[in-house]
Amino acid sequence: MKEYIFKNARVIDPLRNIDTRGDIGVADGRIAEPAALKNPQIIDLDGKTLTPGFIDLHVHLRQPGNNMAETIASGTAAAAAGGFTSVVAMPNTNPPADTAGAIEFLRQTAAQKGVVHVLPCGCMTKGYAGEEMAGIGSLKAAGVVALSDDGRCIQDHALMRHVVEYAKSFGLPILDHCEDKALAAGGVMHEGKWSVLLGMNGISGAAEELMVARNIILARNIGWKIHMQHVSVKESVELLRNARAKGIPVTGEATPHHLTLTDECIKKYDTNYKMNPPLRSEEDRLALIAGVADGTITAIATDHAPHTSTAKLVEFDDAPFGIIGLETALPLTYTELVAKGVVTLPELVAKFTAGPAEILGFENYSLAPGRVADLTIFDPDAHYVIDKKKFKSNSRNTPFDGWNVQCRVVMTVVGGRIVYDAR
Amino acid sequence: MEWKRKDLLSLYDLTAEEIVFLLDTAEEFKKVSERKVKKVPALRGKTVVNFFVEPSTRTRVSFELAEQRLSADIVNMQAAVSSLRKGETLLDTVRNIEALQVDLVVMRHSAPGAQAFIAKHLSCGVVNAGDGAHSHPTQALLDIFTIREKKGCVKGLNVAIVGDILHSRVARSNIWGLLKLGANVTLAGPATLVPREFEEIGVRVCHNLREAIADADVVNLLRIQHERQAAGFFPSTGEYAKFFGINRETLKWMKPDALIMHPGPINRDVELTSEVADGPNSVILEQVTNGLAVRMAVLFLVAGCVKK
Repeated sequence: MKEYIFKNARVIDPLRNIDTRGDIGVADGRIAEPAALKNPQIIDLDGKTLTPGFIDLHVHLRQPGNNMAETIASGTAAAAAGGFTSVVAMPNTNPPADTAGAIEFLRQTAAQKGVVHVLPCGCMTKGYAGEEMAGIGSLKAAGVVALSDDGRCIQDHALMRHVVEYAKSFGLPILDHCEDKALAAGGVMHEGKWSVLLGMNGISGAAEELMVARNIILARNIGWKIHMQHVSVKESVELLRNARAKGIPVTGEATPHHLTLTDECIKKYDTNYKMNPPLRSEEDRLALIAGVADGTITAIATDHAPHTSTAKLVEFDDAPFGIIGLETALPLTYTELVAKGVVTLPELVAKFTAGPAEILGFENYSLAPGRVADLTIFDPDAHYVIDKKKFKSNSRNTPFDGWNVQCRVVMTVVGGRIVYDAR
Repeated sequence: MEWKRKDLLSLYDLTAEEIVFLLDTAEEFKKVSERKVKKVPALRGKTVVNFFVEPSTRTRVSFELAEQRLSADIVNMQAAVSSLRKGETLLDTVRNIEALQVDLVVMRHSAPGAQAFIAKHLSCGVVNAGDGAHSHPTQALLDIFTIREKKGCVKGLNVAIVGDILHSRVARSNIWGLLKLGANVTLAGPATLVPREFEEIGVRVCHNLREAIADADVVNLLRIQHERQAAGFFPSTGEYAKFFGINRETLKWMKPDALIMHPGPINRDVELTSEVADGPNSVILEQVTNGLAVRMAVLFLVAGCVKK
């Protein structure tokens, strides 16, 4: 395998608390001391930032079932373009990833077509129907890194309790889409001033808050990790903050869109603002930002949810939930959080690296010599305009087309191979 | 002023001046229906498609008559016989309609924003005949037309809207129209049907009927649908009538010259008793008459802005 030395980078390695100018060597797909390399290709990064590879805890690759919207090939290419070296593939495909066979298909396809690491996630329940526990032990044996019924939420608290207990015995973290079904029923946007003015059915913040509280109780009683996916309301942030202060093993992620947009955007009926959880109020958005800043929320995840333009070009009520996010996550969060002085660049990098790695239970996710050479390289000084036509994703459902942003991904390295290069 | 919109989507979009201009134009058209020959050639040679993706009787009939009295050519389409049933998207359906060189599409749809969505993609004019719980601009215009006609002005009047505000496009349109023209708006009904978020745009929210109607110059009663009872918004229409219905007794709480309005169809003995519906304060049937004039004005003005 080719050897590289990435020279003159600003090296940020959150886990080891490193933020320094330096060189990183790569040999045999792993990080190596530059001095030890025999015949390296020198890549001068000229002050660009190099970090451990970004992990996205929340990606819908749509294959099998909706290859028109995304495939493992196109989704992982989009991930690479966004600086992600690992993506956790949500299991709500068609058919769902609720059996070892489905995980085997995902792993084989990813090995053949994938550009970045695809980390399989298995369903908690069969068909993610929330009724019967899936074969969690077999899923673990097949290689899942976590469990989730994403898109849906187990409503039966006794079943959820059993799933968490059972998952604990196999060491699998739970990633939960927190939503009380009855309170959210029929909703297409956040319940608040704008749903009331637009006459749309709302999804109340309480629908999320209730299930976050339920999960905190279960995590405390069982002593096992429950991660709250796409946290969107202020009250969920407060619950998480208090629970974490008490040492309860709960974590949360925020999406770039919940950090940058609010429900008011929906007044033009653009279905690229329709997602679940919905865009919330400005108060919620600010609370989420505060949660990211104070460490209550330790991961930024995209909830990359591709849909064809046909599927989205319909009445708002009828449009599917979700937007793509892999190729816009870093510039959006850099522009919103770092450029505005809310968090430092190393803090932001941690939300994409050490934070998600810890949630998945990965040890020593860093740039230490000997680690797999998964690297993300970007230019924080680059300003550009987001152009969805240039996306690698099969889909274009983004509300961020035309946005002026700062911080561009320059290069993505997966297992010592350069998989994306925008120099 | 000069009318410049090819679409009428919601009163939220309009200025006070535009609303007044529409009402003034409607006054002229009201005279047409009072003539022996109830027809003018204003839209001769224009084609209007009435596309109702949600069932409607009174609004559709009112629009049809308005179009006929303006001498337009009319095609009526309903969802049951449209391609939506065969899986064609709404946008494809309306693009096909437009390809037939249609000038105006009058549409009703159950999804909020459906007309705004298609209007963005069409060069013909789009008139919103109701989009879910969002907007029903011609209904609000005819309500405000009736208020202005009876009371002489709108500014400074106290208007109470009573009933199922949460699910009502009539309420949402009236609120914007009335606020823009300077009326004071009170929304009343049980808290399950009257979201307090409306206070954020400067209307009063009230859960006590007496308080709501005591100083009202106009009381607009909205239809209570039985399916809301099944969905748990209130226990029974009987209990609704008891606490929020207008009857002989509760009528006494109002100013003697207050107007009783209702967009129809009325549920007798639920929102109001027959005595009230058919009594001297009621202008319910005049609303229907005025609806025709208002819709003629809307169609005439909007059609004038469609480029061909």
